[in-house]
Amino acid sequence: MLQIDRWKRILIIGLCVIGLFYAIPNLFYQRVEAHNDAVAMIEKTGVETPELIAARDGWPGWMPSGLVNLGLDLRGGAHLLAEVQLEQVYKSRMDSLWPELRRDMTAARDQLGAVRRVASPEGTLRIEIGEQAGMSRAVEIVRSYSSPVTSLTGAGQSSLAIRTEGNAIIVQLSDAEKSATNDRTIQQSLEIIRRRVDEVGTREPTIMRQGEDRILIQVPGIGSAEELKALIGTTARLTFNSVVGTGTDPDAPVEFGQSVLPSVDQPGFYYTIENNPVVTGEELTDAMPATDQNGMPAVDFRFNPTGARKFGNYTAANVGQPFAIVLDDEVISAPVIRQAITGGSGQISGSMNFEEANRLAVLLRAGALPTELTFLEERTIGPELGQDSIDAGRTASVVGFVAIVAFMIATYGLFGVFASVALAINMGLLFGLLSMLGATLTLPGIAGIVLTIAMAVDANVLVFERIREELRSARGPARAIELGYERAMSAIIDANLTSFIVAAILFTLGSGPVKGFAVTLTIGLVTSVFTALWLTRLLTIMWFERARPRQIEV
Amino acid sequence: MAFRLKLVPDNTKIDFLRWQVPTFGLSVVLSVISVVLMLVMGMNYGIDFKGGTTIRTESSQPVDIGAYRQAMSPLNLGDVTITEVFDPTFRADQNVALVRISAQEGLEAVTPETINAVEAALQEVDPSITFPSVESVGPKVSGELINTAIYSVLAALVGISAYIWMRFEWQFAVGAMLSLAHDVLVTLGLFALFQLKFDLTTIAALLTIVGYSINDTVVVFDRLRENLIKYKTRPLRDLINLSVNETLSRTIITSGSTLMVLVIMIFLGGDVIREFVLAIAFGILIGTYSSIYVAKNLVLWLGVRRDWGKKDEAKKNASPFSGAEESP
Repeated sequence: MLQIDRWKRILIIGLCVIGLFYAIPNLFYQRVEAHNDAVAMIEKTGVETPELIAARDGWPGWMPSGLVNLGLDLRGGAHLLAEVQLEQVYKSRMDSLWPELRRDMTAARDQLGAVRRVASPEGTLRIEIGEQAGMSRAVEIVRSYSSPVTSLTGAGQSSLAIRTEGNAIIVQLSDAEKSATNDRTIQQSLEIIRRRVDEVGTREPTIMRQGEDRILIQVPGIGSAEELKALIGTTARLTFNSVVGTGTDPDAPVEFGQSVLPSVDQPGFYYTIENNPVVTGEELTDAMPATDQNGMPAVDFRFNPTGARKFGNYTAANVGQPFAIVLDDEVISAPVIRQAITGGSGQISGSMNFEEANRLAVLLRAGALPTELTFLEERTIGPELGQDSIDAGRTASVVGFVAIVAFMIATYGLFGVFASVALAINMGLLFGLLSMLGATLTLPGIAGIVLTIAMAVDANVLVFERIREELRSARGPARAIELGYERAMSAIIDANLTSFIVAAILFTLGSGPVKGFAVTLTIGLVTSVFTALWLTRLLTIMWFERARPRQIEV
Repeated sequence: MAFRLKLVPDNTKIDFLRWQVPTFGLSVVLSVISVVLMLVMGMNYGIDFKGGTTIRTESSQPVDIGAYRQAMSPLNLGDVTITEVFDPTFRADQNVALVRISAQEGLEAVTPETINAVEAALQEVDPSITFPSVESVGPKVSGELINTAIYSVLAALVGISAYIWMRFEWQFAVGAMLSLAHDVLVTLGLFALFQLKFDLTTIAALLTIVGYSINDTVVVFDRLRENLIKYKTRPLRDLINLSVNETLSRTIITSGSTLMVLVIMIFLGGDVIREFVLAIAFGILIGTYSSIYVAKNLVLWLGVRRDWGKKDEAKKNASPFSGAEESP
């Protein structure tokens, strides 16, 4: 008859208690947040300052400290969607392959004749040889530079796609190698962006790959998208190149393997440099802001042993010659080598202010991006707007909740009270689950919660209406309640499952605001089915056992 | 007897299907008008779907749209829309406007120079102006976003219909799918008519409507299935009327309480999500209507196979294309 097993009761109440326990930290948001930050800080630095300890002890360590993350629209911050320029990587792979191929092919000149590279689409290498008969030998040479691709999907394929056309060989990366390169490039970009963002020390940035060649970056608490872009948008490719000549003509004729780059300090002044760098920024071990001998901002850097050796050898051989410090295709400065620099450290000075020197040091420390980023989407949300939205959302939720409770009690009396209690616990469980999962609450997410309130009410209404009907067909109260729950079940399940389908689709296909909405809606569906089917039922039965009413009114 | 708020008396016997023909005609006409409106007036796409930049401005000075426009005209930004935003939750000295700049010709990425120029120009007019949010979307992404949005709405329709088809009969699935399509179309028509901003959040709203409307439809379908088993010989028409009447109280209470919460959200929830909430509120009205007059109408016309035995057998029979017959 109308009863629930003891273990089921314990299970239902237990689940509610656990859920509510995990929801508690959200009531003390700022205190818990300070606690979490302090714990993370102490773990990272190992230093315990009195402020950190005070912040840490502001929240007991045995309590759960998971919080519902606030989305950018609620907290304020910057959002960027960047596209990684993968073609550039293919191009630079081909460009760097050419000098080596040229060396080997020139060595086999007696079979191949004259070898030259001719213009071809970016990312491909077109080499013409003088002797058609030497073609198979030429292909052999190129093939020796091809290696098997090491990836799950591309296993067994080689890294270069080689085809011949008359007396020309066309070389490019094979598809398998391209996709392996893509993955590597994106991973590397993600890592470097993460390091650069972490250097600034903001809370919980989201940095993730999206689709084939995109990276989504969300940083709460940063002033603007532009600031964020300045930080991560720079490739920060630092090289030291030898200078061939200087001039004022940006289109000055150059030999193959040289290029003309503008000077940062002197507009209209250009350097002709060797493309192949002496040392690159990858061989730096440290960089920090400093001042030069005139007290102007500068950046000190230090090479690793290989870099130091290369740099030492080069400077020893070229005393009296200028060399160029090139950052992202611009010459920062071109000092003249006065003596061999063997210590492995040096300084970059030029026209920069302290802030720029600081940023350059951060960028050099974090490493260069493998390729350029293009920004497809950028959003800045001010913290005040976020706070306004939270306030508005909170007011609306509270008023909405009170209105629903009043409405339910007016309509269903005591049963309305049960439903209201269940609804309040439902909200608690929802927040508890969101905190446990570390989910992010966005503004549309708040709307999702409001909709959850409506859905939870609907499940209760279905049951209560059914009980009313069953009472009308003159059944006893216990039987009516039992049948009410039993017969309303299929409608509740169907209704919630279809909503669940919608939420799942929203979650998979949606992005940004849509996803935030889907998360709260999905979790809300789970908690409201639980509270409507089990919790209100338990409350009803517990009341029924105690009161033993001869007749009930719903 | 304790006080009870009764929105619907017990045992109503309203003949809902008396208005079968006019309501169905109305639905068709509304859908057609909506499509026409969408084609003729076009949607007021937000930057998510069209690309471009939205700058939200806030100032203690009253918003002077003319002056803003004049300040920005030397920048040659093409299509610029400036609208003042009003909201009951704003403070007295909080004057908010939205400046929308269309995507700049030939530029994929968004240029900070443009945004800086606009901000500088506006600061000239009103030194106290601040910019609580700036959002830019490039045309490449916006094109993809709109595709994803369309796919997600279609996927939701198909997914739901497939579920209904499995749980009920195919006639129910057709009824549900068309009534959902009707809800989406009419809501889109409303957005076109009033030129409300149509962006990613609106898609979330549309899907919410789909979710709510199907909820409503399913509840009545569920009762209809039960009644079809209970009264094997009564005409389908009567049973549909009976089912709608039996669930009427629940329909009114649920829709009413949801609408109540949404109306509160409209007034107190802030202007950022107003259009989102408005869309859902409208959708719930239309969804409640359509689950009676579009979904059930269609089921009545398509007819339902009536040779179900017990509940278990009903499940077995609910297999695809089980050969529907016209009901008497």
